[in-house]
Amino acid sequence: MIEIKNINKAFNDNQVLFNISGLFEKGKTNLVIGASGTGKSVLLKCLVGLLKPDKGNVLFNDRDFTNGSKKLITEIRREIGMLFQGGALFDSKNVEENVMFPLNILSKLKKDEKIERVNHCLKLVGLENINNKMPSELSGGMKKRVGIARAIVNNSKYLFCDEPNSGLDPLTAIKIDNLIQKLTYELKTTTIVVTHDMNSVMEIGEKIMFIHQGKKLWEGNNKNIFNNKIKELDEFIFSNKLMKKIKP
Amino acid sequence: MKNFGKYIIFISTLFLRRESFKTYFNLSVKECIKIGYESLFIVAIVSIFMGAVTTLQTAFNLVGPLIPDYVISLVVRDMTLLELSPTIIAIVFAGKVGSNIAGELGTMRITEQIDALEVMGINSSSYLVLPKIIASILMYPILVVMSAFLAILGGYIAGTISEVIAGTEYIYGLRYEFNPFNIPFALIKSYVFAFLVASISSFQGYYTEGGALEVGKSSTQAVTKSCIAILIADYVLAQILL
Repeated sequence: MIEIKNINKAFNDNQVLFNISGLFEKGKTNLVIGASGTGKSVLLKCLVGLLKPDKGNVLFNDRDFTNGSKKLITEIRREIGMLFQGGALFDSKNVEENVMFPLNILSKLKKDEKIERVNHCLKLVGLENINNKMPSELSGGMKKRVGIARAIVNNSKYLFCDEPNSGLDPLTAIKIDNLIQKLTYELKTTTIVVTHDMNSVMEIGEKIMFIHQGKKLWEGNNKNIFNNKIKELDEFIFSNKLMKKIKP
Repeated sequence: MKNFGKYIIFISTLFLRRESFKTYFNLSVKECIKIGYESLFIVAIVSIFMGAVTTLQTAFNLVGPLIPDYVISLVVRDMTLLELSPTIIAIVFAGKVGSNIAGELGTMRITEQIDALEVMGINSSSYLVLPKIIASILMYPILVVMSAFLAILGGYIAGTISEVIAGTEYIYGLRYEFNPFNIPFALIKSYVFAFLVASISSFQGYYTEGGALEVGKSSTQAVTKSCIAILIADYVLAQILL
């Protein structure tokens, strides 16, 4: 479980996040949605420690990640797995080395055990026998899958996904969504997905937080999102023609 | 001044939250191959021609019945050891290795690979930069020694082929009134230049912001700033040590 309390973040005079609070539950896919430039990625960076909030706290199972000791912060960071927008695979390493990387740094497993673990994770994400391929040889969807395998290889308790569907065709995007949800259930991770894709919202949005211009305007799930009374959220949901057609 | 302060803080972060010795050892060996071994060809070519041209130009300018021929190789020797090998090769090193370091780190920054390391709880600056600095400090002095040897050899070949100096005269000049301190002086310079090139280029690359265009700018700035730092350090070291 991850709890955020009154998160504020500004860059010089530009206030990006205003008092955002919320709870992200274990074993569920928690979505942070909103239009581009509303502060979703900044919030995610505050959550994983890439940015320090100006005010407020991030608590991982009641452990204060924002103001904790360096030892605690390192300990929590090593429980985090993250899928980046572009995959962020290391160009100079092949698939196996990329997925094994966190194990090389963070675990004391033997080489055989590491390879076994890597193969297990690659199997979980539906990729087998591509261990020796370089990132440049992979498609966008495969890169995301390898990124997910790397994020879970160290038995991460917290899984963060930044725009996992960006740049993917709708079919592959849904497969990635379903994969994230499946892993969340199987590994019982606290999963937070930042997205602006309504397909993801409908597919895996068990808990949704809507952010608009740096403020949290709504919280709910994919079953009650259409019953909201927020104008900005309505505009976001029904921004494309397909959604307008099914508008109640 | 703000950038200089940021650079000092950057250097100090290299020694915080380090990974295991084995990790750094393996990374440093890889970097040694990339930085040292892969620079051999360009350093060799530049050094041989540098020595050859120095010999011919010295001979051209020192024509006279009162000046013995061996002075040519004496000049080549001292110029090579004191200035050409440590400093000119450092400029070449900045162009080849410095731009490569800045480009590599800049690309890693804009493709979120550095963020990925940070999220895993790894001190990315230490993990990525320290092995490059260690490798540069280990490999550059070796390149300088090799460069000095090849430059003097290049001078010998050019001098004897063009018949401006006899082989025996050239060897005699190399040994004549040799000041042994020139060698440690060249090595001290090479350690300092290696550190400057690796650290400045890493700093430029590590703090790249934007896209492909900015990666190119970082590489260019890495070379420019490294060259300026080399020349300033060259002057300061000459002032202090000679």
